[in-house]
Amino acid sequence: MASALSLYGAIPLACLTGALIAGIFGRTLGPVWSHRVTILGVAVAFALSAGYALPQVMSGHDLDATVYTWGYAGRLPLVVGFLIDPLTALMMVVVTFVSLMVHIYTIGYMRGDPGYQRFFSYISLFTFAMLMLVMANNFMQLFFGWEGVGLVSYLLIGFWFTRESAIFASLKAFLVNRLGDFGFILGIAAIYTVFHSLDYATVFAQAPAAIHAKLWLSNHDSWSMLTVICVLLFIGAMGKSAQMPLHVWLPDSMEGPTPISALIHAATMVTAGIFMVARMSPLFELSPVARDVVLLVGASTAFFMALLGMVQTDIKRVIAYSTLSQLGYMTAALGASAYAVAIFHLVTHAFFKALLFLAAGSVIIALHHEQDLRKMGGLRRYMPITFAATWVGSLALAGIPPFAGFFSKDAIIDAVAHSTLPGADYAFVAVLAGVFVTAFYTFRMLFLAFYGEPRMDAHARHHLRESPWVVTVPLIVLAIPSALAGIVLMRPLLFGHFFRGSLYVRPADNPLLRMAPHYHGVWAFIAAAFVSPPLYLALAGIATAWYMYILRPELPAQMARRLHILYAILRAKYGFDEIYEQGATRAARAVGRFLWRVGDVQIIDGTMVNGTARLIGRIAAWGRRLQSGYIYHYAFAVILGLFVLMTFFLHHG
Amino acid sequence: MIDVYRHIALSIAIWLPIATGLVILALGGRAPGLVRPLGTAGAGITFLATVPLWGLFHAHSFAMQFGERIPWIPAFHINYALGLDGISLPLVMLTSFIGVVVVIAAGPAVKERVAEYFAAFLIMEGLMIGVFCALDAMLFYVFWEAMLIPMFLIIGIWGGPNRVYATIKFFLYTFLGSVLMLIALLYLHFEAGETFNIASFYHLPLGNTPQILIFLAFLIAFAVKIPMWPVHTWLPDAHVEAPTGGSVVLAAIMLKMGAYGFVRFSLPIVPEASHELAGLMITLSLIAIVYIGLVALVQDDMKKLIAYSSIAHMGFVTLGIFLFQNIAMEGALVQMISHGFVSAGLFLCVGVLYDRLHSRAIHDYGGVANRMPIFAAFMMLFAMANAGLPGTSGFVGELFVILGAFKADFWYAVLAATTLISGAAYTLWMYKRVIFGAVTKPAVAGLSDVTGRELTFLAVLGVAVLFLGLWPAPLLHVMAASVHHLLLRPGVQLGGATP
Repeated sequence: MASALSLYGAIPLACLTGALIAGIFGRTLGPVWSHRVTILGVAVAFALSAGYALPQVMSGHDLDATVYTWGYAGRLPLVVGFLIDPLTALMMVVVTFVSLMVHIYTIGYMRGDPGYQRFFSYISLFTFAMLMLVMANNFMQLFFGWEGVGLVSYLLIGFWFTRESAIFASLKAFLVNRLGDFGFILGIAAIYTVFHSLDYATVFAQAPAAIHAKLWLSNHDSWSMLTVICVLLFIGAMGKSAQMPLHVWLPDSMEGPTPISALIHAATMVTAGIFMVARMSPLFELSPVARDVVLLVGASTAFFMALLGMVQTDIKRVIAYSTLSQLGYMTAALGASAYAVAIFHLVTHAFFKALLFLAAGSVIIALHHEQDLRKMGGLRRYMPITFAATWVGSLALAGIPPFAGFFSKDAIIDAVAHSTLPGADYAFVAVLAGVFVTAFYTFRMLFLAFYGEPRMDAHARHHLRESPWVVTVPLIVLAIPSALAGIVLMRPLLFGHFFRGSLYVRPADNPLLRMAPHYHGVWAFIAAAFVSPPLYLALAGIATAWYMYILRPELPAQMARRLHILYAILRAKYGFDEIYEQGATRAARAVGRFLWRVGDVQIIDGTMVNGTARLIGRIAAWGRRLQSGYIYHYAFAVILGLFVLMTFFLHHG
Repeated sequence: MIDVYRHIALSIAIWLPIATGLVILALGGRAPGLVRPLGTAGAGITFLATVPLWGLFHAHSFAMQFGERIPWIPAFHINYALGLDGISLPLVMLTSFIGVVVVIAAGPAVKERVAEYFAAFLIMEGLMIGVFCALDAMLFYVFWEAMLIPMFLIIGIWGGPNRVYATIKFFLYTFLGSVLMLIALLYLHFEAGETFNIASFYHLPLGNTPQILIFLAFLIAFAVKIPMWPVHTWLPDAHVEAPTGGSVVLAAIMLKMGAYGFVRFSLPIVPEASHELAGLMITLSLIAIVYIGLVALVQDDMKKLIAYSSIAHMGFVTLGIFLFQNIAMEGALVQMISHGFVSAGLFLCVGVLYDRLHSRAIHDYGGVANRMPIFAAFMMLFAMANAGLPGTSGFVGELFVILGAFKADFWYAVLAATTLISGAAYTLWMYKRVIFGAVTKPAVAGLSDVTGRELTFLAVLGVAVLFLGLWPAPLLHVMAASVHHLLLRPGVQLGGATP
């Protein structure tokens, strides 16, 4: 037990140690030793996660233990502690694996950057915060990791701090996440109010008994406390996992260096919200209303964000909107009580999205930091490994069998189809239609970047070559699970007993129980796909992209003209940024300025304070006729006042 | 040895800095070279003298400890009575700690009347410790009033161009408040049978009207000090005009006096009135959090911004106090200590920049991180702590108060939690404009990073912020019994001095 705890403790600490060494002594150590020490830390974390934590939980040895007591608030113990169960162990493996790949890749991507050591320090710190988040056994530590992830993402998005766009994006990311945290901390406060504990096990055990608890908003109106808790927690998830309308930070986070995008979009940060809701399944299962909110928000994000991916011209932004949409799929699965499916998609997505981002980064390096798809084209001849990796990632993202994304996405669509929540029909149509859109934007990106005639200038074309091995090796390593993870993981994660008690689903809601009788192995699952719509929608999406971008490349511009209103709406990203930046932010500043200039300066200072001073002045002027010397006036006034008040007190006491 | 220490420790903490200050004042003109070493030694030894208090304090007890009692003016039953409980001990430690920081921070920027500057700070430190230790109401009042004099001088002599206006505003506000407090104390003195022993005030069977009136008299005195909305407008002016060290002491220690007053006087002496008027107090606190958070957003003067931020953070303190829950009260007290470190750190950061460019305006900066990376890292730490990030001291109090607020009323918690957004917005927006970006101003291009002296005080405060954030257990442990007792039965046996 003790040794298990110290081994688990070593996992986040290895990353933290690497981060601190590279961060504090980076200048002395130099770039090479800085990346060695951080990579070593993450490698240790990965080795322990995959070689110790995962086998432990698979042989049934879960752990829920306290590391140290942070303090007592009243009688409430606040602890740092670990809960290592199948859900956590799986997350740990995914997080450390992707992080390790990103670390290695960064050697190539950030070579020569003046902030090289700082960058390695940050990404290790990021991994640390994410590990603390997934390993937590209580809400306070969850929040600690949650905010830690937010902090490091802020530092990383604004990594190139001399660029106005980058520091704007980092501030935006932090503040939008804080909007989510606002809900999240209220959710935690609600849990404390109802359960008098912040410990997962205690809260989950007592949750069924709290089903009739009410939150009284006034003397007449009340809400179900559990629904309030779940919705508030989900608001936090909407921030971190970038669900509409708190999604606006994620596309802008592209301002950070590409390895960060891979880390944020694949393994850390955005998966936090999905993980958290899955972790809270014993609570969400008790509130159909909250799950309905989750389902509808997720399905809407899945479809509407996918549409935006169709009109992006920046290669990283295409992938960014794809992430938003895929997170919407995961969220929809959570709403449909298919927590295992959501985590399954989280895992497959982590692999193929990291792959796609790192491949895009490889293209960006080759083109000397050009990210515009319109200035690419024909890269397949120059970058065969990157090209092949992008194909694998694209097939997985589009959901073509037998690549990883196919299994998890089809399972989500199935699960949503089985949902009986109000609005489930809408959600089903949204996630189904999203399949076509996803395949379209993915292959649009692939075709624009790698096919056709090169559109970059002659100089850039002359320097085109495949990226160095530190870049291509992570691509190859990530391509393998992107292709195979679905085949390998589908049975244990969805229909096996991998998760055991770490995810709770009420049998009546469980879509997997209804799907299980129809599941006869992965190959039968693939065969079944050929007689159901999603696969054909995906193929149609690919075909449309092929037709529009390879066969008739003049067509997209014509369509943009003909459908200019729709095109303008999509280019404007539905106007969310304007609402926040021109609306909310400006309003807050206008109100602040009003309260300051009018409230503080005019009313409080102008009328009350200076008015009182003037009044005293007037009394003094009147008094001056009686006596001379103003000190006497004040002294006299004070004594008189004392006398009056004392008399009053003594007679009314 | 230890027994002797127990009986003189508090007097040492009060009089050692005052004596050092007087010696410096006397020597000042003749031996200017001695001023700094003597001042540093005085503040340093005072801090070291208070450290054992922490170890010797019996945390399981709510009783007053390290008691001292000598008749002072027997004719009026006024005693020189000192003592500490779990609420005042952390504040005394904070004061002696900040005393050292301020002395280190009094760098080359202080050129005129160096001896008087050091003397004023040291004397003020002793008087402030006296406020937190006094168990006799008249002694408390003397310290309370006396500590203002050095602060007036600090702002008035070493302050900015508009210092006269700021000093007078500060004086009028606090003077008005103090007079009403004096009346209330005199009334209590007679009611309690001609004693000024604060503990004896706790037993008085006061009627409803006197309770309310006493509460209001205290309220005005304490609300001005904290400051609470709407009597807060003196603070931004005072901060803007005060020299860096003055701002640090004002924010880190003096603002805590008002909150301490509520806990030491209002709650136990007039418990029914405190409960009855809690709604008012909570409303004012929430206004401070929301309203001031928005006002802070639009400030261009860094010191004004931090001053407004302080008011909003103190709103959390008063909210926590008047929720009458263990968790919220502990949150309020932790927030007081944390704000001492964080606001000191932020004001010192502004001071570091001001010493170089002689401007506090955000728009005069931009891209400072390019020239001052170490400074930028420290300011990031303090900014994040100000935004209440977990792992820093700023988080602990905020979390506790929000947890308590939700228990009391959903909407309290909603309004209080807006600080997560506004606190991050005004702090990080300022940080972005000052620290990040490309260097566009020639003056910024000439900046040099922190000196060893600056690194020392920033690092010391940084460690404090992180320590309290990562391991608040010792602090929570020390205050738990006193807080529990305060809320258990307000008004009954809050303990006299026990030797």
